[in-house]
Amino acid sequence: MMGSENLDSEEAHMYASREEMENLVLDEPSNNNNGTKSFSDYRSAMSSLADTHHPLSSPMAAPADSDPLLTPPPFRDFRNPNVATDNSSYIEPPSYSDVIFSPFDENAVNEINGVDSPGRSSDSSGFLSKSTSSSSDYVKITVSNPQKEQETSNSLVPGGNTYVTYLITTRTNIPGHNGSEFSVRRRFKDVVTLSDRLAESYRGFFIPPRPDKNVVESQVMQKQEFVEQRRVALEKYLRRLAGHPVIRKSDELKVFLQVQGKLPLPTSTDVASRMLDGAVKLPKQLFGESVAVAPHEVVQPAKGARDLLRIFKELKQSMANDWGGSKPPVVEEDKEFLKKKERMHDLEQQLSNASQQAESLVKGQQDMGETMGELGLAFIKLTKFENEEAIFNSQRARAADMKNVATAAVKASRFYRELNAQTVKHLDTLHEYLGLMLSVHGAFSDRSSALLTVQTLISELSSLHLRAEKLEAASSKIFGGDRSRIRKIEELKETIRVTEDAKHVATGEYERIKENNRSELERLGRERRADFLNMLKGFVLNQVGYAEKIANVWAKVAEETSAYTREST
Amino acid sequence: MITAQRSSSGSSHSPRSPSSQPYLSISVTDPVKLGNGVQAYISYRVITKTNFPEYQGPEKIVIRRYSDFVWLRDRLFEKYKGVFIPPLPEKSAVEKFRFSAEFIELRRQALDVFVNRIALHHELQQSEDLRTFLQADEETMERLRSQETGIFKKKPADLMQIFKEVQTKVSDVVLGKEKPVEESNPEYEKLKNYIFELENHLSEAQKHAYRLVKRHRELGQSLSDFGKAVKLLGACEGDALGKAFSDLGAKAETLSVRLQKEAHQLLMNFEEPLKDYVRAVQSIKATIAERANAFRHQCELAETIKLKEINLDKLMLTRSDKVGEAELEYRELKLESEEATRRFENIVRLMNEEMVRFQDQKTLDMGIAFHEFAKGQARLANNIADAWRSLLPKLEACSS
Repeated sequence: MMGSENLDSEEAHMYASREEMENLVLDEPSNNNNGTKSFSDYRSAMSSLADTHHPLSSPMAAPADSDPLLTPPPFRDFRNPNVATDNSSYIEPPSYSDVIFSPFDENAVNEINGVDSPGRSSDSSGFLSKSTSSSSDYVKITVSNPQKEQETSNSLVPGGNTYVTYLITTRTNIPGHNGSEFSVRRRFKDVVTLSDRLAESYRGFFIPPRPDKNVVESQVMQKQEFVEQRRVALEKYLRRLAGHPVIRKSDELKVFLQVQGKLPLPTSTDVASRMLDGAVKLPKQLFGESVAVAPHEVVQPAKGARDLLRIFKELKQSMANDWGGSKPPVVEEDKEFLKKKERMHDLEQQLSNASQQAESLVKGQQDMGETMGELGLAFIKLTKFENEEAIFNSQRARAADMKNVATAAVKASRFYRELNAQTVKHLDTLHEYLGLMLSVHGAFSDRSSALLTVQTLISELSSLHLRAEKLEAASSKIFGGDRSRIRKIEELKETIRVTEDAKHVATGEYERIKENNRSELERLGRERRADFLNMLKGFVLNQVGYAEKIANVWAKVAEETSAYTREST
Repeated sequence: MITAQRSSSGSSHSPRSPSSQPYLSISVTDPVKLGNGVQAYISYRVITKTNFPEYQGPEKIVIRRYSDFVWLRDRLFEKYKGVFIPPLPEKSAVEKFRFSAEFIELRRQALDVFVNRIALHHELQQSEDLRTFLQADEETMERLRSQETGIFKKKPADLMQIFKEVQTKVSDVVLGKEKPVEESNPEYEKLKNYIFELENHLSEAQKHAYRLVKRHRELGQSLSDFGKAVKLLGACEGDALGKAFSDLGAKAETLSVRLQKEAHQLLMNFEEPLKDYVRAVQSIKATIAERANAFRHQCELAETIKLKEINLDKLMLTRSDKVGEAELEYRELKLESEEATRRFENIVRLMNEEMVRFQDQKTLDMGIAFHEFAKGQARLANNIADAWRSLLPKLEACSS
């Protein structure tokens, strides 16, 4: 189902570039002797892929404008595809019970268009072409077919570690790429790698949180239920990634979805191998040889064993900030931002509360349906019994009445269950956005750690300058200069220059993250508004539809038993 | 309040109609908590309106408590064997609920139904004990009540049955018989099985009906909590969306109240009639036990008479001077035996009549209960649909 015609040359280009990718994959490990280089190597390698069309990187019409949510509401289409939607439909209440509900899942539409409506459940049925114009692009990711595989190398135990891989299938109609459908096999570790690399590359963005690593026994790992849970979680995660307007274009995601065989992204162990470098660096740093923070390093927050000294410095700075002695040179001045941050916090609390209550509502509906069903069954048994044992006509009449009630109760029970299944889907939006708050935290902490880096560098610069001044003052007192001191001053000046560069880069990074925060907040606000409105509409429509159906069922029985009221005194 | 007729024609009319048509109509009202602590109890006003000649005046009001009703039921049970005595609501085992408004209302309703059913029954309505119950002053009632406890202390029907069975087993052993004497009437066997199985089925249905009441309450509570949470979320969001959330939350809270109301209706008009049905079946079981007793008694006497006959013949042959005595005894026994047979046959006859009445009555009672149930559920569902539907125009406006 390729959207456009595929010229042979284009195809050849595709395959060629694919080979390129795979060659790069093979090359990369050999470059990996200097940890600090690998990251930039990788980035440059990946950028050469940018020429190839990738389903996720094709320009999407600005989501806000073509967002089907903001154009005539899709739910109307589902109500009655044949009727022109018009506002007069609310003058006399329409019967929603006719409408709805085989799959009532308008959000499937959004998901397919990649608008970030936080993961719909994976069994939502396919795309509903009524609402989407055929020219809009979609990306659909499916995770399926879990399989056990054997760890081939490094297993201490022969025939030892097994792990599970999942088939990740991407379907898209965006023209000019490797086919409209392609699959790779990935294991959970690969997902962790993807997530870690994205966190590094997209600081300040609200990156959808990945599924938890579960620390359980290997036996449990292989249990059907666990594997299935994980499969669902992975699918949701990948779909959310594909739904994010920026991340869907990322190389990391492209590579993850397309490249066969080993995932060509540096794993966190590779990255942590820089630990060795950190350990090597530390003694030098401690013994006073000023090894400045390399500019490219400040693009990442100080992490783990790598940057021990940097961590110490930044910690010192943050304490200075907290205890306020001297005001740090750069502060979070953006009051607007602080307000928004507080609002996010508030929102998170309310979401958590609402999410909990939604769960208890769902339970209430479920219990109602169950008990109604049990009541119905009990009456069916009674009906059967009375009919079998009937001696008097009054018994048969009663049995007939009971049957009506029983049938109605069973029907109502079924409706409650269906209602509930839909309610779960709709109110899931609350859970989803609650989960998203985690990404917001992450983005905000990216910002504060970037700020801290800048502040630290500024402090360091000022103390370096101070040292330089002192040395100059001291050496100027010595006639003819002090060779050792002069040499030290030279070295210091060099360090200052490098640190200036680093500060420059760090400041740039901080500004970049600030901007990401801002645009993401805006996007979140927009999408949240749309998604919540949809949720409310869906929830309400659902309630109305099923309530009508249930009312009809009971009205019939009331009619059938109406004779009794006339008889009673 | 049901108006009772002396005759069995069953047309009803106002109790205030002129004296020509006999009526006996009772209401149990105004529950009042009296006494303190453990001794505390509820008293009811029992108002009798009647033109029966045996009764005092057109209206009489007395104060009665639950154990007075129990006394009445026990007396009727003793005197009118074979009749299905209307069932009483249970004694509450759980201390906590004894004085809850709901429990008191349910009990009051059930007592009202109880006493009116008696007034409606063409045999029971003539009972002297009923007259005493409806008219005697409180001291008299108290005296009677305390006299009777211990002798006629009513146990649950099946316990009683076991008790009687043990009694008979003992006496059987004494008389040299091992197996319990029972009727060998296949139709009656079928009836007994029917009653016992019916109780099981009904109990199950009643159990689920009670749970359904609880579910309504629980769903109401969750809706209320959900509504509150959604309102808070709306306050946080602000703007049109916030308003939409608030409206939704408010609607949820409204529906919560509605659900609580329906739960109460369900309890009164559906679950209670089912419970009443179960009690009625249990009352029949007590009558079945009585019939078994009467039958055994009749058989025992028949046996005894046979022995006495043999003895008498022997005495007559030997020309003993004990003959006169023995003849007297024999004649007395004969009378007793005839009486026992009469009593047993009366029970059989009554039971047959009662079964017809019972089945008819229960079809009617359940028909009403089903109607109320269905009506209630339909009304509830419509209210729910209307409430949610009213939100749609605004939600619609929000997204455009």
